[in-house]
Amino acid sequence: MLENFSFRTIVEYLPLFGQGLVTTVWLSALSFVGALVVGIVLCAANLQRAWLFRVPAKAYIDAVRATPLLAQLYFLYFGLPRLGFVLPELAVGILALSLNSGAYVAEIIRAGILSIPRGQVEASVASGMTYAQRMRLVILPQAFKVTIPPLLGQAIVLVKDSALLSLISVAELTRAGQLLASDRFMPAEGFLTIAAFYLLLYYGLKGLAGLSSRWLGTAGART
Amino acid sequence: MIWQQFLGLAGSYPLALRGLGMTVVLSLISLVLGTALGFGLGILRTGGNRLVGSVIGAWVDLIRGTPFLVQIFLIFFILPEFGIELDAFTAGIIALTNLAACFICEIVAAGIRSVPSGQVEAALASGLSRWQRMRQVVLPQAMRIVLPPLVGQYVLLIKDSSVVSAIGLTDLTRVGWLVVQRVPNGLLVFFLVGVGYFIVCYPLIMLARRLERRMGAAHGEVQL
Repeated sequence: MLENFSFRTIVEYLPLFGQGLVTTVWLSALSFVGALVVGIVLCAANLQRAWLFRVPAKAYIDAVRATPLLAQLYFLYFGLPRLGFVLPELAVGILALSLNSGAYVAEIIRAGILSIPRGQVEASVASGMTYAQRMRLVILPQAFKVTIPPLLGQAIVLVKDSALLSLISVAELTRAGQLLASDRFMPAEGFLTIAAFYLLLYYGLKGLAGLSSRWLGTAGART
Repeated sequence: MIWQQFLGLAGSYPLALRGLGMTVVLSLISLVLGTALGFGLGILRTGGNRLVGSVIGAWVDLIRGTPFLVQIFLIFFILPEFGIELDAFTAGIIALTNLAACFICEIVAAGIRSVPSGQVEAALASGLSRWQRMRQVVLPQAMRIVLPPLVGQYVLLIKDSSVVSAIGLTDLTRVGWLVVQRVPNGLLVFFLVGVGYFIVCYPLIMLARRLERRMGAAHGEVQL
């Protein structure tokens, strides 16, 4: 049983956990921005009629979705030096998370754009709008509303996925738990504490997702 | 140089097959157990008992709110403190089954809630028992909503099984990690690992997409 559970050790290691939490938050935020960029580019390519853009984008999205993040992470971690790019682990991790989440973000944005009724597009064509005007004034403002809640869902997934970076020894939250577990042989203290921190992040983002769908009035939109 | 690498990779062929086998066995066992458990939990969750429903809801939230890697560490390192000695394989199965059950519980609950209440009332009025109502009226209609995300969940499960390599199980990802220590070509080794996962996962992704299209179409007809 856990009768030896030592809150004192947790308090002693609190600065380490704090650092880990901060690292997890900012590396996730950075990766999410990266994922948005990758996702927008992929989605734009995927919606083109020319196969030269469409097919590679589709292939990339499928390849990412059909393989585990951990294998992708190792692919970059062991593969990039081979190509002459020797990056710090943290950079490799952020790159892997961005490239991975980007594929999912692309699908979310695509679903948002395709959710706009065809009549809207036809009406804007009939009003003589150009492609750019149509996108900017008709499609994107409506698609934006639909994509925010699932994008926040993807942010939750990304924060949890970032735990895998501990396996290439990035000093984030899970790594802090591992250190306490191995230094003091206190796995319960280490892993239960970081689980609590992750739950904090989870409920924060989940609350945000709930608020956003209420503000945007999209709660009932997906019937 | 390149030739030596090819020889090294060819020599790892049996290891790779064993890794792929481990990935498939792990996924398959926890897929079957997780589906059974998930359906049970989903039915209980919507069963009307507030307390049971919210306990299940809280557990699902705990599992959805923490990284799978942390869950594996908790199960593998902390259950022994309660006197339950686990080998890595059992710990992996428990962690994966629990994860699958929680996600499937939510999918099933959403499916059951999507069945119009008139259907349940009609079944009640026809004098069907609780079990008959569930089996003959509610579940068949809920399956339309449940099936596409259920298959999608299986893909996630297979991918998540790669994380058990962190507690030393020799699955496909772990094999890649072992091979790359001898054959220093990470690009090639993990490309091949990726191909292994792709072969298992891609047909399921295609199936999920097809189901989504078909069920969506069928659902539309009913709505009209």
